[in-house]
Amino acid sequence: MTAYIIRRLLYAVPIALGVSIVCFALVYIAPGDPLQTLLPEDASAETIAMVRKAYGFDKPIPVQYLIWLGKVVTGDFGMSIATGRPVLGEIVKALGNTVLLAAGAVLIAFTLAFILGTIAGYRVGTPTDRAVTGFAVIGVSVPNYWLGIVLIIIFAVELNVLPATGMGPRGSDTFNLFDWNHFRYLLMPMVTLSLIPIGIIARTTRSAVAEVLNQDFVETLRAKGLMEWEILLHVLKNALPQVLAVMGLQFGYLMGGSILVETIFTWPGSGFLLNKAILTRDLPVLQGTILVLAIIFVATNLVIDLLQTAVDPRLKRG
Amino acid sequence: MTDITANSMQPEAAEQGAPALKVRSYWQTVGYRLRYDYMTLFFGAVVVLIILSAIFAPLIAPMDPYETSLIKRLKPMLYQGHLLGTDELGRDILSRMLYGGRISLAMGILPVLAATLIGGSLGVIAGFVGGRTNMAIMRTVDVFYAFPSILLAVAISGALGGGIFNGMASLTLVFIPPLCRVAETATSQVRNLDFVEAARATGAGTFNIIRVHVLGNVLGPILIYASSMVSVSILLASGLSFLGLGVTPPEPDWGLMLNTLRGAIYVNPMVCALPGFAILITSICFNLVSDGLRSAMDVRM
Repeated sequence: MTAYIIRRLLYAVPIALGVSIVCFALVYIAPGDPLQTLLPEDASAETIAMVRKAYGFDKPIPVQYLIWLGKVVTGDFGMSIATGRPVLGEIVKALGNTVLLAAGAVLIAFTLAFILGTIAGYRVGTPTDRAVTGFAVIGVSVPNYWLGIVLIIIFAVELNVLPATGMGPRGSDTFNLFDWNHFRYLLMPMVTLSLIPIGIIARTTRSAVAEVLNQDFVETLRAKGLMEWEILLHVLKNALPQVLAVMGLQFGYLMGGSILVETIFTWPGSGFLLNKAILTRDLPVLQGTILVLAIIFVATNLVIDLLQTAVDPRLKRG
Repeated sequence: MTDITANSMQPEAAEQGAPALKVRSYWQTVGYRLRYDYMTLFFGAVVVLIILSAIFAPLIAPMDPYETSLIKRLKPMLYQGHLLGTDELGRDILSRMLYGGRISLAMGILPVLAATLIGGSLGVIAGFVGGRTNMAIMRTVDVFYAFPSILLAVAISGALGGGIFNGMASLTLVFIPPLCRVAETATSQVRNLDFVEAARATGAGTFNIIRVHVLGNVLGPILIYASSMVSVSILLASGLSFLGLGVTPPEPDWGLMLNTLRGAIYVNPMVCALPGFAILITSICFNLVSDGLRSAMDVRM
């Protein structure tokens, strides 16, 4: 197993390097001189000369990449053009909020989708199954940014029971998860973001449960005279690893894919930061945020892969 | 099924096969199955209707989608012939939604087509040639796979700047990796089958083997996968426009309309939800049609 872990880790290194190359290239595919895109428009000639030297823009591109990589590895993502503050600080601040949102969304999705998927998988082909499957199709087809707007219309505009945007009441700096006055700000973005994972996890659970039910050991359990709920426990235990893996992947996906929902609810997470960076053409922030989010995605996938093999050694991949 | 279905692996053999039995080719079987799948037919009809309404938007749109009016801003539905009301600049929403379908659909469908061509060819080459070529292509693809799709789309079009073309280019890049993988998997499975070996033994060239024996068997999985990507693409494209990365105003587009109408959420909430509803319906229909195609094209059935 240790050898396997090391091999998977070594596999992830080239991927991470590739990701960093793509992020590095972002500044170069942007129209205009890369130097200009990294600096505010009113930068003085001295600053320009200083940055040119610091970033090594006078050197060949592969060398520039290595210089950039060296900086990034030590946590130096450059300065934000819009705020003038270090990019890393901005990302770290935003990342916590996105973790909160994505974790909440995935938990909601798992709870609901696991129940729905189990029911459907237990009764494949029945109207109940078709209803759940249909619901799952809608879940993955709904533009979640639209659902967000519809929720705002219903709960903030018409009913006026939940705040439309923001994070916490005016004047509070910290978010307290266990205070209703804070938590209500999280509610709508969390539900909106959970929609797609609900669809995907429900589908996975359904097929996993249906597959396990077809295995011989279920027949044996039934012949042994176990109660139906006891059989269900056995089935769920076997279906769970697969579902948990998909849930983990969805968490990684939401971490990087929450930009639309965060924009609608002005939830100050990494997606919102990204949107601000796009609007102000703040390329250092854009580059840094995307790099961090992509690396998180790679790391999540790796951890899930390892956990899954730990639970079920048959899944080992070359 | 009482009739005998031709083995999809040997379409040629089926054509020359015993004429006493009514034998259908693979694609005839798919058509036969689809003809009795009323769900898919219905949603397919809706998809055709949506596409037609976008193509013929200039003929059926009741008003000029660009004509603004200061006094008729954000009017409710059915106001003075504005069936669905007016937007924040007094433009007719129904007309803008019909015209908006053109860009939204094009931005949803064209990237998938382009990615199918590029990613599919790359995958077939990687799968058939194998060895170092395979390594080079598939490891590059793996890198792009390491980004959540929306993040990659936002990253590339964010760096390139807005505009329809940049949006479509970034979406194409998003869909190349998954399609390449599907094509590669299917091709490397076919590559080692006996009939390819037989074709090679009879002296067929690489190009002919790919054209006749590989493509015939690989096209199905690629098309099924590509069709399931269309609804994802429509959602992503509208998402990009929503973020201001796709269409530039005043061009009508569902995602962009959703974004601009959002500002009027307290004035006329119902109207804000409309463009998103168009995205939803289109996306659901494409999804269900793709599901229908998948089961019709499933060889194992």
